Amino acid sequence: MSEEGNSDARRPEGPARTPLLELKGISKRFGAVQAMTNVNLQIHPGEVLALVGDNGAGKSTLVKTIAGINIPDEGEILFEGKPVHFTGPRDPVALGISTVYQDLALCDNLDVVANLYLGREEVGAPVPFISEEDMEKRAREVLRDLNVTTLQSPRLVVASLSGGQRQSVAVARSVMWKAKLVLLDEPTAALGVAQTKQVLELILRLKQQGLAVIVISHNLADVFEVADRIFVLRLGTNAGDFDVRNTSREEVVATITGAEFGKLRETATAEA
Amino acid sequence: MTEASTPAAPKPPALVAEELGGLERLRRRVTQGELGSLPVIAGLILIWAVFQVLNPNFLSPRNLTNLMVQIADMGTIAVGLVLVLLLGEIDLSAGSVSGLGAGVLGVMAVKNHVPAAAAIAMGILTGSLVGFLQGFWFTRFKIPSFVVTLAGLLAWEGALILILGTTGTINLFDPGIDAIAGNFLSTTQGWLLAVVALAIFIGSMFLTRRRRAIAGLEVQPIAGLFLRAGVACALVLVAVFVLNSDRGVPFALLLLLVFVVGFDYLLRRTRWGRHVFAVGGNAEAARRAGISVTAIRLSVFTLSGTMAAIGGIIAASRLLAVNQSSGSGDVLLNAIAAAVIGGTSLFGGRGTVWAALTGALVIGSISNGMDLLALAASIKFMVTGGVLLAAVTVDAVARQGRQSAGRA
Repeated sequence: MSEEGNSDARRPEGPARTPLLELKGISKRFGAVQAMTNVNLQIHPGEVLALVGDNGAGKSTLVKTIAGINIPDEGEILFEGKPVHFTGPRDPVALGISTVYQDLALCDNLDVVANLYLGREEVGAPVPFISEEDMEKRAREVLRDLNVTTLQSPRLVVASLSGGQRQSVAVARSVMWKAKLVLLDEPTAALGVAQTKQVLELILRLKQQGLAVIVISHNLADVFEVADRIFVLRLGTNAGDFDVRNTSREEVVATITGAEFGKLRETATAEA
Repeated sequence: MTEASTPAAPKPPALVAEELGGLERLRRRVTQGELGSLPVIAGLILIWAVFQVLNPNFLSPRNLTNLMVQIADMGTIAVGLVLVLLLGEIDLSAGSVSGLGAGVLGVMAVKNHVPAAAAIAMGILTGSLVGFLQGFWFTRFKIPSFVVTLAGLLAWEGALILILGTTGTINLFDPGIDAIAGNFLSTTQGWLLAVVALAIFIGSMFLTRRRRAIAGLEVQPIAGLFLRAGVACALVLVAVFVLNSDRGVPFALLLLLVFVVGFDYLLRRTRWGRHVFAVGGNAEAARRAGISVTAIRLSVFTLSGTMAAIGGIIAASRLLAVNQSSGSGDVLLNAIAAAVIGGTSLFGGRGTVWAALTGALVIGSISNGMDLLALAASIKFMVTGGVLLAAVTVDAVARQGRQSAGRA
């Protein structure tokens, strides 16, 4: 089932293009625990890649590696074809890789505009007062471009927003600073049906704008709805890389659990 | 998003925020815990009414002027505490630091014959240094701020007793020092101040509205602006009139107002202020957004120590003396009570510096009123304690209201 490295060949427009981000042979060890072994991954602009795997399969380790929090022991990271070396979370951000963690990292007591600009507030001259009007204007534009229509006003305090709106704000913040690749960690966990739909639409909107999106998710229904490719991690290594058009949910589930396709039941009982 | 974001071909008229009925808005604010300064103003009116009934001298210009001088030191200390509370932290050393700042001033000015201005600067710098040290300890060793400053509460009181030595009490006779709490603006100066302050306040309100209209953003209804301008005018003009019919606007009150307005601007309009709120709301989110949480915390604790020392110096100037009990007793609790009663949340991230002024007015009025009634210290302590508990309860209940309305 392992198809690392050749996913490009399966894409009609594939081989000629340089991947936006490419991981080659990434390994990471925490003390006695081998968290990732020889992981290979590629993603192109305008592509949505779903990263799936069971708990402890190494999804978080992989995301943290791309986000510059974990420094890999072995392997190479290429961004736009050039090798890069991350020494901290600021390095990927500078390249245009932004990560939206599950906790969203929003300040509930501040309004949407303040959250979008958190740490990057614009100030006027010569008096360095915050330029609220410019910021609010740009915030409205960003939210409109992302089709976040349920938000009545960007002056609402984040504490008063719904889960889907909060996710939208977090995503908008991650993309409004020239992002090329967005990592979303479980963006639809704990959301209702309508709000999940909102977030999935937002992901497709990012794809339309030419961004690459990596979505970590447990929800295969969501994954099949938005992803172009499904990348399965199992026991810290590549277990499968599927084109969403040529696979089935059963095949993906089998890869996640390590059962051979069609022999799910026997393997499950044997492992137990 | 509203229609404000859709660019229409002809320039749209100034967009007006959706207006709820006044009563409906009030009901929503009360039930959802967005009380703002409502409870404190209602409380203040009630307190003033009760004391006026019990003692007709309470609302006399003479007593109100005394009240304004009395709250200046408490309010100044409370300004620093509001900053700390906005971070979701606490500074229990503020009282002792105010005493130490006054002690340094007294020792320098009287024992070492340092000029008043230099002695004042030394007192203030002592507060800054102490605040920085506590902030450093808190951020470097990640010890809860209440423990670090609780240690400070005792240690700085000891330091005050140490520098006072065997003297015990230092009387301050320097006219430069006595002027802080002893001077009053002339009638003309008072009116001039009122007019300038109102012009700036109202002007900036309308300028903001205009900037938003030009940027095509929704604006406040103009009627609301006129209402706020009218209320501000009435309050300021009546206050200056009352104070002028006695000795005039106290210089100490002017100092407090400068601190309140200055920090209000810093908090609402600068990146530093925004970051203070961010750290108080969600320190981890602030850190991930690239804000130096440590620098923000250090700056706030330094400012808290600074404001405490300034408050202590104003108090010393009012009492014309520094002694071993300066800054002890109810000084700390009154200042914390003022900050919280004014509407600053103990849970961080919510509040304004104006809380220091309104809260100090409430606490000061109660204290002053009970003095007029010649109540014993035992009663005063119990009443002030009860008021603090009531204010914190209002804050906690409001927080629950926000949570159940999905706003916290």
